[in-house]
Amino acid sequence: MNLTFATLADLQNSLRNREISATELTQYYLARIDALDPALNSFISIHTEAALDAATRADKAFARGDVRPLTGIPIAQKDIFCLQGHRTTAGSKMLANFIAPYTATCSQKLADAGAITLGKTNMDEFAMGSSNENSYFGAVHNPWDHDLIPGGSSGGSAAAVAAGLCAASTGTDTGGSIRQPAAMCGLTGLKPTYGRISRWGMIAFASSLDQAGPMARTAQDAAILLEHMAGHDPRDSTSLNEPVPRFSEGLGGSIKGLRIGVCQEFFTEGLDPAVERTIRDALAVYESLGATLVDVSLPHTPYSISAYYVIAPAECSANLARFDGIRYGHRCLDPENLQDLYQRSRGEGFGEEVKKRILVGTFALSAGYFDAFYHRAQKIRRLIKEDFVKAFENVDIIAGPTAPTPAFALGEKASNPVEMYLQDIFTISASLAGVPAMSIPAGLANGLPVGLQLIGNYRQEGTLLQAAHQFQQETPWHTLTPPEAL
Amino acid sequence: MNDLVNEKTLVELSTLAALPFEPEKSKATLDALNEVLALVAQMQTVDISDVAPLAHPLEQYQSLRADSVTENIDSNALSHNAPLYEAGLYFVPKVIE
Repeated sequence: MNLTFATLADLQNSLRNREISATELTQYYLARIDALDPALNSFISIHTEAALDAATRADKAFARGDVRPLTGIPIAQKDIFCLQGHRTTAGSKMLANFIAPYTATCSQKLADAGAITLGKTNMDEFAMGSSNENSYFGAVHNPWDHDLIPGGSSGGSAAAVAAGLCAASTGTDTGGSIRQPAAMCGLTGLKPTYGRISRWGMIAFASSLDQAGPMARTAQDAAILLEHMAGHDPRDSTSLNEPVPRFSEGLGGSIKGLRIGVCQEFFTEGLDPAVERTIRDALAVYESLGATLVDVSLPHTPYSISAYYVIAPAECSANLARFDGIRYGHRCLDPENLQDLYQRSRGEGFGEEVKKRILVGTFALSAGYFDAFYHRAQKIRRLIKEDFVKAFENVDIIAGPTAPTPAFALGEKASNPVEMYLQDIFTISASLAGVPAMSIPAGLANGLPVGLQLIGNYRQEGTLLQAAHQFQQETPWHTLTPPEAL
Repeated sequence: MNDLVNEKTLVELSTLAALPFEPEKSKATLDALNEVLALVAQMQTVDISDVAPLAHPLEQYQSLRADSVTENIDSNALSHNAPLYEAGLYFVPKVIE
């Protein structure tokens, strides 16, 4: 077995059959991180000692026959999840020295299932970005071409998995931050239904949109991770109080008769022709598997970016008010008074994109503009949700491109933020509606990965994963690996 | 569309957001904010009459819990993250003269 790009499912078998030990596997990935990550910058912190200790415990567990579902599986975690005793930065100078006093629920669930955390991955600061260029710890490079961005904001997680530095990773998605980097690095990434995974211990950006999810090589791996990340958590009052299906057990069934909605608003002017060809070819694969393509319309999709760039900044301006330079986080030197302490600590601790979004959010919530901006955006959010509700009366899933282009050059869109925001034009509407959505590798355009986005109805992650898995039984795209990562 | 944010508004927003107003960056910040607000302005063309705002994607209300202490985090562990902490106190600049 090629360990570098082995699936999580293959590693489970190898570990259980004692073909490899958890310690050997962990050492293997740590050595790859040591050798390859200086060129990628996908990790902010590497937990060498803790990972090897966990691997030793995993090997002892195997020896006593006490095997849990993920025992011995080395993963990475986006540096937005608090892990007790470990630095948790959210990619920000503000939290550059923050040691988490508790562990995020979903990270704890993964640890309880036996997973080993190799380290924390780089990300756009407070998850605000689509290229991973907004990190205080430097940009992440795409393993497929080091001159390109890996996508964002979970760019470090995507690059680490794509380069074979870990078996899988966690990510978070507020407007596309799992799906878009998964698309650009050739991975399978899933944003579940809002509330499916607890947000407790996950540093907040926009609370009504933030969702954690898995980033993996295959739909099967994503299903395995999801079923161990999801579940009701009384500590998160927005957490879904519903049982978690065994997603990995429902993948094998035929998708004959599956009705796939093809959304006309996803095939717009800004869509790269090579990406469109790849997506059309992927849809043809689904037809060959017995699925039926049905034209659907999500007419308010063009307004999703506008509504998102009011709602997300408004929520971020409230969430990031907690960073005051007093209880934790960066504090300026020699403040003249309390106001000076607040303003300079925040001015020095936050990066430019974060400050811009805080100001936009403050504007949208301010007296005189609240109705015209925030209130209006929340109404458009309802219209976007109703578009999905109506579409799902006639189809089981909706398919289209994840992003309008493949990965672009580092720095290419740095001076054009609106063009950067439009990278998320196809992913934001599912975030606003709160429906589950995923990106799977659909082929290459100009030698770079293209992601097919599959959007499901509320709570229907199982249908999405089954459709993705069946596609991956018929196509080789998820098995392609970046030439620079070998 | 006219710029919605001018320098006076930017000073007010900076104060509200507890961010420093930096005169040397004011033009760049104003351009960046107005660019985002121009993008956002597209939503002004949508007919929203009789549409109720959506606060929660699944239309759920946040559950209430008993008003009792459920978490016990070691205050010592929390204090390690405080920039200035001594004898159980968080230090701030003098507030009352």
